[in-house]
Amino acid sequence: MNTTVLGTETLETDFDPDFFSAVLAETGTSTAALVPILQAVQEKYRHLSEEAITHVAAALGLSTATVYGVATFYAQFSLEPKGKYVIKVCDGTACHVRGSIPVYDALRKRVNLEDGRSTTENRMYTVETVACLGACVLAPVITINDQVYGHVTADAINIIIDTLEQEGSQHD
Amino acid sequence: MGWLLVNGESVALDGEKSLLEVVQNAGIDLPTLCYHPELSLHGACRLCMVEVAGRGVVAACHTPPESGMVVKTNTAVLRRLRRMALELLLSRHDRECTSCSRSGHCSLQDLSNRFGISDLRFKHERTDHLPIDTSSILVRDPNKCILCGECVRMCGEVQGIGVYGFAHRGAKMQVTTAFNQDLAHTDCVHCGQCAAICPTGALVIKPQMQEAWKALNDENKTVVVQVAPAVRVSLGEEFGMTPGESTMGQLISALRTLGADKVFDTAFTADLTVLEETEEFLERVQSGEKLPQFTSCCPAWVKFAEQFYPEFLPHLSTCRSPQQMMGSLIKKFYAKELGKKPEDLYMISVMPCTAKKFEASREEFTTEGVPDVDLVLTTQELARMIKEAGIDYVSLPDMPPDHPFGHVTGAGVIFGVTGGVSEAVLRLGYERITETELENVAFTEVRGYNGMRKWELDLQGQGLTLGVVHGLANAKAVLDDLKAGKVHFDLIEVMACPGGCIGGAGQPITNVNRKVRQERGAGLYHDDVVTPLHKSQQNPDVLTIYEKWLTEPGSETAHEVLHTSYRERGSLWPRPKA
Repeated sequence: MNTTVLGTETLETDFDPDFFSAVLAETGTSTAALVPILQAVQEKYRHLSEEAITHVAAALGLSTATVYGVATFYAQFSLEPKGKYVIKVCDGTACHVRGSIPVYDALRKRVNLEDGRSTTENRMYTVETVACLGACVLAPVITINDQVYGHVTADAINIIIDTLEQEGSQHD
Repeated sequence: MGWLLVNGESVALDGEKSLLEVVQNAGIDLPTLCYHPELSLHGACRLCMVEVAGRGVVAACHTPPESGMVVKTNTAVLRRLRRMALELLLSRHDRECTSCSRSGHCSLQDLSNRFGISDLRFKHERTDHLPIDTSSILVRDPNKCILCGECVRMCGEVQGIGVYGFAHRGAKMQVTTAFNQDLAHTDCVHCGQCAAICPTGALVIKPQMQEAWKALNDENKTVVVQVAPAVRVSLGEEFGMTPGESTMGQLISALRTLGADKVFDTAFTADLTVLEETEEFLERVQSGEKLPQFTSCCPAWVKFAEQFYPEFLPHLSTCRSPQQMMGSLIKKFYAKELGKKPEDLYMISVMPCTAKKFEASREEFTTEGVPDVDLVLTTQELARMIKEAGIDYVSLPDMPPDHPFGHVTGAGVIFGVTGGVSEAVLRLGYERITETELENVAFTEVRGYNGMRKWELDLQGQGLTLGVVHGLANAKAVLDDLKAGKVHFDLIEVMACPGGCIGGAGQPITNVNRKVRQERGAGLYHDDVVTPLHKSQQNPDVLTIYEKWLTEPGSETAHEVLHTSYRERGSLWPRPKA
């Protein structure tokens, strides 16, 4: 089995038919099961590969284009593997008025994200916005792999990323 | 039943499913962009809105009619709402109308004219120019897409394939293929029905008129043109004639005026197909093997079978389509007769069909490395060339096709309409099985426009079950039933397009209109009646070329020149569940 080490997760790149059969046994193959199936697949593989989408479509008797449509409709699904660090920038009302967009822009610039992409080429960082993390008192707030950072500024981003990179090099 | 009021006029209800149908039947052309009577409801364009007393503004396509409703279709509120919906669509539409091949046949352009929209309140919002896909025989320009979803439903519901879907959300929503792949890398079978139903220029046929002009102007090439049966009853529509009016004689005149050296009628090789395919069928009936036999004239159906039902490939007739039989005869025999090499002849087909462009490019259809058919033009493309040359089509004199393929029979002509191939085969099969002469050649039992027709007949003790299918979703249903052992057939005719070739995507744009298709079909049946010969086996030129070149139906030479083989193709698309 091909594996790639990603942060604390192990990303399996081969589609495992036994795993998939087990998921289908649980969910059934009605079209209503589509979203739960995609969720299970995404949870295991950290993304929905073309191969996975094709298998899901075949199992449910839907066209691949239809499943691709559902997978791209919901923000929770990702068609590309996410980075080692998944950074969520809250852009709820409170964070927005306290400057979440400059923070978001600074983040994207710092990690060199190309336009239209949310994950860096080296698969270190995924940067995305979320509607509200429910921590408005800390606005603007971001999370990195579920750790919360409050009152973030564009300058603070550099310090945070520096720290992550130092941690990373200590590991190596 | 019951009645309701439309703009104060009393209208009787007659089983209509939607208020839209009631209003349209009352003679009011409510604007629509996403509604089509042959597809499921979508309700996205919001142009068919009407006011219903006590309910307010509703989308007529989605509202079941009820007795006693008081409906208004042209109030100030409705006009304002419709106009705004249209303006918003236009604000995201690439409005380069002068260089759009749909100009003049575009529903959006038409509505914009009807509403007198001269300047847009909303600035052009489309800053994200999306790439245009020219990988296939269709051109897909998402910048012209209005998200009506008609192609999505056509491909999924009528053709059972589902190449397109809606992807992404909100302002970023697009109609696209799985993984946004180029069309050439999808399960598309090139039937082109998505382009035929597209209300704008988002899906059009990739034009090849310039290639045709180049060959016609090349003095070193002998340009040989063949014209498919369905073209003669539709081309006139582009010049103001009524659908179904047969203009084969004028068509041949026009092609000669454009510079064609020889013009042949594909109905001739349709006759040849009848002889070969019936021979093959009778052999299978005798041996009881590889039944049911499927027809193989329709290249979209052949590709569909190769992709999704490879287990049935041995059941397909090995006959090449009439287009490819003609190409093969021209390049292998006719070239020699003219004292020329295959590459000195340039074969142009005029077809009602986009999939024929794909068929002509299949590598097995070549002679000494030269394609048997060099170029396929659709009816639409030929009409443009006639217009560009300034030819007055309507007043052209009738001309006959060239020899040695000058004669055609009515059996070959009706190949262009669903059921036609079956009927043509029956006219020979009947005589072969019963060993008696067939008096009444019209087998009306196989005619009609139901998506799936079945006829059990008894020919002096020989029972035969015929199936006639058009629309690939209907074919899929039959194939699944056959696999499950639920049905029995001996011969099944499959045409991908609704109505058969007369409803092909290369035909003049009519927004996939059932009435127009039936008028074209009636035109072909009329041509059959007025043609002196009605049975392919009576075609004197067919008999001559067997004597001269092919020996007899089913001979070794006939197999080499007129038959082919099929191959399984991989598919992204899910196979039907076992």
